[in-house]
Amino acid sequence: MITIEHVRKVFPLQGSEFVALGDVDLELADNEFVTVVGPSGCGKTTLMNILAGLETPTSGRALVDGEPVTGPGPERGVIFQQYALFPWLTVRKNVEFGLRTAGVPRARRREIADRFIALVGLERFADALPKTLSGGMKQRVAIARAYAVGPSILLMDEPFGAVDAMTRVRLQEQLLTTWSQEKRTVVFVTHDVDEAVFLANRVIVMAADPGRVSEIIEVDLPYPRTEEIRLSAPFATLRNRVWSAVHRHEAPVR
Amino acid sequence: MTLVQAETTAVRRPTAGKRRLGVPKTVLNGLSVLIGIGVWWGFAVSGFDIPAPPAVAERAVELIADGTLAEDAAASLVRVFTGFALGVLLAVPVGFLMGWYPPVRALVEPWIQFFRTIPPLAIIPLAIVLMGIEETPKIFVIFLASFLSCVIATLQGVVNVDRTLLNAARVLGAGDRVIFARVVIPASSPFILVGMRVGLGSSWATLVAAELIAAQQGLGYRMQSAQLYYDLPTIFVGLISIGVLGLAMDRLLLLAERRLTSWQETR
Repeated sequence: MITIEHVRKVFPLQGSEFVALGDVDLELADNEFVTVVGPSGCGKTTLMNILAGLETPTSGRALVDGEPVTGPGPERGVIFQQYALFPWLTVRKNVEFGLRTAGVPRARRREIADRFIALVGLERFADALPKTLSGGMKQRVAIARAYAVGPSILLMDEPFGAVDAMTRVRLQEQLLTTWSQEKRTVVFVTHDVDEAVFLANRVIVMAADPGRVSEIIEVDLPYPRTEEIRLSAPFATLRNRVWSAVHRHEAPVR
Repeated sequence: MTLVQAETTAVRRPTAGKRRLGVPKTVLNGLSVLIGIGVWWGFAVSGFDIPAPPAVAERAVELIADGTLAEDAAASLVRVFTGFALGVLLAVPVGFLMGWYPPVRALVEPWIQFFRTIPPLAIIPLAIVLMGIEETPKIFVIFLASFLSCVIATLQGVVNVDRTLLNAARVLGAGDRVIFARVVIPASSPFILVGMRVGLGSSWATLVAAELIAAQQGLGYRMQSAQLYYDLPTIFVGLISIGVLGLAMDRLLLLAERRLTSWQETR
């Protein structure tokens, strides 16, 4: 379980300060798929970095299963928008990276890596270097790499932000397939309302200036989520709700 | 660091010229060498006071036959490799320390930038006074030349490591030591290799000049003593040997660089 208690994050900004997050409270259940959506500057990436342990809150705290987050940890896997694959390592070696760090013996490492490479459907590319892969494939490697360490939580920061619309839809479907086979708590940050609704149990809508949670919308659509669901009337209703929730709180363009 | 950047971009597009003509690049390269020799020959026969290619070839055969050329080349190469190896061995850790710990960088960088502006050759008078006329001053100067170009390249490599890769390693459970060994070192290796190439080039240039000033053996020395006897063919043999050996060393490092950094995304 993830608990966020009165988290506030303030960055210094040219003599004054910028409130990235002002007093955020949240609670996420185990194996829940939560998407966080909001305009830029609403602090969604900051919130994720705090959960990942890459940034510390100015005040308040984040807890995972009752333990305060003090730094990165193997129970929390992170997937970055820029893929962040090690370009000098093959797909398999990338997936094995965290296992090697943890001191898992070679044969076991390979076994685990191969399992997750298969889970994201990249068996044929296990020995390829990242430079030979497309953006969507790179992100699938990153997902396999995060899974391999055996985290109970996956934190994804706009992971499909850099791929084209068609690939994005396919990656979303595949992510849900992977997730349904290997259930984890997922926190998925995006600025795409469709994506937020399609993936989630719950959509957390954030607003900017100061960054805060403005609304939480339950998505009571059944899994597996199919093309049919994406085109259905309940989906459209939910999407419109999320859309207006995002835009109602959007700061006017200055 | 414009030099290193220019080198990297040059290395990145090796096939750019291929589709101009139907003639393979190597044929054109060979043709270019032949034309060059022809032009040289032309100057020699039209009254310029330089030896023609056959005279130089003849002298080369003599120098090869009596072993002088091999001895001289060996003497020069041993000096270069000793100085170069020492320079690189020190430059890589120093560059890493400077890139990783900002205080170290702040303390060391002014000296490196200062010495970089002094041509290594200008150190020779001082080095000879302090270290005598044996091997030490020559190796020291080469060491300095390769150290300076390699340390800057390594520093640049560390500073340029993508922060997302560092974060990715951290969230996968890597501590500082693992991040250093398995992210920082491989990520900066392309920069280091370019620095090594630049360093080897300047070492070679520095060495031959150092041998002109003080040596009992070596390619530079051979040309210096040939100058006393107005022995132009020997000087030409010396010049060509220096060029060919320098080119061979550069190509070898380039090959190593291509192999070791073939994982890089080409832009």
